[in-house]
Amino acid sequence: MASMALKRSPRSILIDLAVTSFLALAIFGVMVGLRTETVPGGLELQPQWMSALLLVAAAVGGRAILLLTVWNRPEGAPSLIPAAVREGAGSAISRVGKVFGPALLVFALLLPFLPFTDRYILDLSILVLTYVMLGWGLNIVVGLAGLLDLGYVAFYAVGAYSYALLALHFGWSFWLCLPVAGILAAFWGIILGFPVLRLRGDYLAIVTLAFGEIIRVVLLNWYWFTGGPDGLSGIPRPSFFGIEFSRGEGGFADAFGLEYSSLHRIIFLYFLILALALLTNYVTMRLRRLPIGRAWEALREDEIACRSLGLNTTSVKLTAFATGAMFGGFAGAFFATRQGFISPESFTFIESALILAIVVLGGMGSQIGVVIASVALIGGFEVFREAEDYRMLIFGLAMVLIMIWRPRGLIATRAPSIFLREKKAVSGSLVAQGEGH
Amino acid sequence: MEYFVQQLINGVTLGSIYGLIAIGYTMVYGIVGMINFAHGDIFMVGAFVSLIAITALGLTASTGLGLTIIALILVLIFAMLIASVYGWTVERIAYRPLRGSFRLAPLITAIGMSIVLQNYVQIAQGARVKPLQPIIQDGYTIMRRVDEQGEFVVQISNMQIFIILLTTALMVTFSMIIAKTPLGRAQRACEQDRKMAALSGINVDRTISLTFVMGAALAAVAGLMFLLYYGVIDFFIGFVAGVKAFTAAVLGGIGSLPGAMLGGLVIGLIETFWSAYFSIEYKDVAAFAMLALVLIFLPQGLLGKPEVEKV
Amino acid sequence: MAGDALLEVERLTMRFGGLTAVDDLSFTARRGEITALIGPNGAGKTTVFNCITGFYKPTVGRITMHHDNGERFLLERLPDFQIPRTAKVARTFQNIRLFGGMTVLENLMVAQHNPLMRASGYTFGGVLGIGGYRHAEREAVELAKYWLEQTGLLARADDAAGDLPYGDQRRLEIARAMCTGPRLLCLDEPAAGLNPRESDELNRLLLFIRKERGVGILLIEHDMSVVMGISDHIVVLDYGAKIADAAPEEIRNDPKVIAAYLGVEDEEVEEVEHEIEETAAAVSGEEGSQ
Repeated sequence: MASMALKRSPRSILIDLAVTSFLALAIFGVMVGLRTETVPGGLELQPQWMSALLLVAAAVGGRAILLLTVWNRPEGAPSLIPAAVREGAGSAISRVGKVFGPALLVFALLLPFLPFTDRYILDLSILVLTYVMLGWGLNIVVGLAGLLDLGYVAFYAVGAYSYALLALHFGWSFWLCLPVAGILAAFWGIILGFPVLRLRGDYLAIVTLAFGEIIRVVLLNWYWFTGGPDGLSGIPRPSFFGIEFSRGEGGFADAFGLEYSSLHRIIFLYFLILALALLTNYVTMRLRRLPIGRAWEALREDEIACRSLGLNTTSVKLTAFATGAMFGGFAGAFFATRQGFISPESFTFIESALILAIVVLGGMGSQIGVVIASVALIGGFEVFREAEDYRMLIFGLAMVLIMIWRPRGLIATRAPSIFLREKKAVSGSLVAQGEGH
Repeated sequence: MEYFVQQLINGVTLGSIYGLIAIGYTMVYGIVGMINFAHGDIFMVGAFVSLIAITALGLTASTGLGLTIIALILVLIFAMLIASVYGWTVERIAYRPLRGSFRLAPLITAIGMSIVLQNYVQIAQGARVKPLQPIIQDGYTIMRRVDEQGEFVVQISNMQIFIILLTTALMVTFSMIIAKTPLGRAQRACEQDRKMAALSGINVDRTISLTFVMGAALAAVAGLMFLLYYGVIDFFIGFVAGVKAFTAAVLGGIGSLPGAMLGGLVIGLIETFWSAYFSIEYKDVAAFAMLALVLIFLPQGLLGKPEVEKV
Repeated sequence: MAGDALLEVERLTMRFGGLTAVDDLSFTARRGEITALIGPNGAGKTTVFNCITGFYKPTVGRITMHHDNGERFLLERLPDFQIPRTAKVARTFQNIRLFGGMTVLENLMVAQHNPLMRASGYTFGGVLGIGGYRHAEREAVELAKYWLEQTGLLARADDAAGDLPYGDQRRLEIARAMCTGPRLLCLDEPAAGLNPRESDELNRLLLFIRKERGVGILLIEHDMSVVMGISDHIVVLDYGAKIADAAPEEIRNDPKVIAAYLGVEDEEVEEVEHEIEETAAAVSGEEGSQ
């Protein structure tokens, strides 16, 4: 090893580090080094030179380490990660996915009864499952049909408000509201989709983002209908098919002869979202094997070829948009009944971005990838709960780093929907990304 | 009539700010075909750097006019420099490693960078809004009407004159750069065909970096204007302004510099007039609805080249 | 009923801004025949295809598709996706457009989208598992297998289309077009990039499609061995206008065609004609001696 020439000379490394320190100084020196504080009569600068210098030192030190190690490996030196591991990793993950899919399901079913499970873990699991469901819903639009939707949260909001308003004003039960919320969301998907689906990929992205914002602004300002920024509170909590989760006679615990516990409702909510998520998954897997699902994927691959084969691409896009929206609506109704309170604040762009990140990080079109990405992102987010101020920062950095590490997502292979003799996974590098050509 | 003229002036001022941000989107989109989601946050960084510089220089309304102008020019240059470093670094860290890969990957890193920048500024500078006392005051009265309802005065403030003049000057300068300099030629070549440009000896990486730097510098100018005009900023201003500026870029025809400016003006005017005549709450809805309408009926935007579908 | 008009193109004109890509073109493709559309690069051949298959709306002109049962379809009035669906015109593309990330079999299943969609009860029946979808899918797979066999791709049915070698991709695109059940198959340079052996196979495949299936073929091609070898009828375009329309033997000797390919000015045509006659005489002499 030592005999091989290093790629970088000490001189070039020094120059590189000098440039780095200069840039880091420009970046951190002003923004971190000089904090503005409001004082009577105006603003005042409070120098924070130590923090700024520490950050600069960290940037230079980090780059120095990278320059001396990872980026300075001689030409032809064996990679840090053995080739077999690297090549195997992708297929291993998908193979592992096949085995772990069912294992994960069993784990999910048993989770509430495991000894270490407490209220915190259940709440977190419910949150993760909500994002799994949203990710699966958006996966239809982005992963299968290749339509970039940056306003998915709009349908989540439509579902949530539909349930909240129907339950509050008409006293409809959750089970009646659930399909209505889904249908209304799908309906909005069609209404919004119809004019914009002719647009090219990135334009579609920006228009969907705009629609997401429009819906939020309307929710914020339509005071008498939506409660404006105060939101809607007192949304009925779910009942076990009519039996309330309340203390005393007629409650769930009483009816089943159990000791009353506030956990019952949480466990029920857990199974409810698990069932909804599994329904989403089942329907999606089923649709993939039907002509409509193949048409979605064909659309992602090549829209012009689709038209030459007699596919009405507008209706193919609309069905994808509406189906995705419908599951978003279901998830929204669940969200409303779980929280008991909703306000426009829950439906900001950052939610859309988060769901999209889950889909893309998971590997477009991969169902198990969405699960892994949700657990990683939402779980990781919780791990940094302590570092309150810093966790969004870490979250953003993680998004960037994971994407650079695996641009095609964690699971980059595609499973064919039909086969003659042998099911062979399609390599991710062949799979198109949809719109935009 | 007087009210209308006043709104027109306000709209053009706001439009100038959007237009300057939009140029950054349109140039980057033209050359690498991606929505640089973090661009709005570069604008926000520019506003903060300006705020810090103004506070450091101790500029107030009582500073003499000559000194104020010199100081503002210094602040402007400083903010452009710092924002350029941010723009360059963001491209280097988050976009360059992904160039030529999966199309959605840079979009996700861009969103990630946007989150990072927002929270970084929030941590470094605090979450609360930062007020700035007005520095440039006074203005000219261009119309005056007195009737039984009282007096109505149409004013154009020195601030508005400053913003409109500076925008015009920058627009002219940058159009010249794109049209006349080797850098501009390299940019246009990369826009057409990056591989071919590289083969004919253009340093594509450098050209793309410089595009980000130029966009960031213009965003910093917009940031300074925003700060001076509104007098309050916080770490979140980049998102809404960014979305509207991108809307402006698309509206004007993505890839077209005059289009971005025109789009910015249109969005600024729609927003101002909508707030003035209808409802201030729904001004964003009006701007976005306009975007949807234009895209549906004029997909290439106002000044973009129509695309013939290649089969 | 071979010989009846299948596709009638009348006075077709297509302008893009100031550029006239196709200029007052009329020709007829007949049932059970292979019609070739040839001409120098930029003569407007692909534009004609795009007008026929609905990707462009012609500026002027009428394109009529005749079915056996006497039904007529005015293609310029149909939305693009209806042209393969109801008028039964299928096409391939000059730069192959396969669904690269889907398997060969999946490509052929997408081509049968419309009948399968009906069979799946527009998805609702399919999701619930009711209706005759399973049966319809089996039939669709059989049809796909049939065309895979004809194109020699059966062994690769489960591979990603994007993984196939170039020649196989060309044939897969034809198989995919055939799975839509067309009456007219429009092929845009199917032999481009093929080696002589593949080119031969292609000839046989096209003749098979014409003979066995009675499908009319409209062909854009530069490879003269394909054009002359299998076409029944050739239309020559130059600068968007028709300069010849005849059987291969006549085209071969048409001075205007040769001039178009050599790219000479109008005034020189007579001169060239003269030269060509001499050369043609010499060539036929050689041929005779072989």
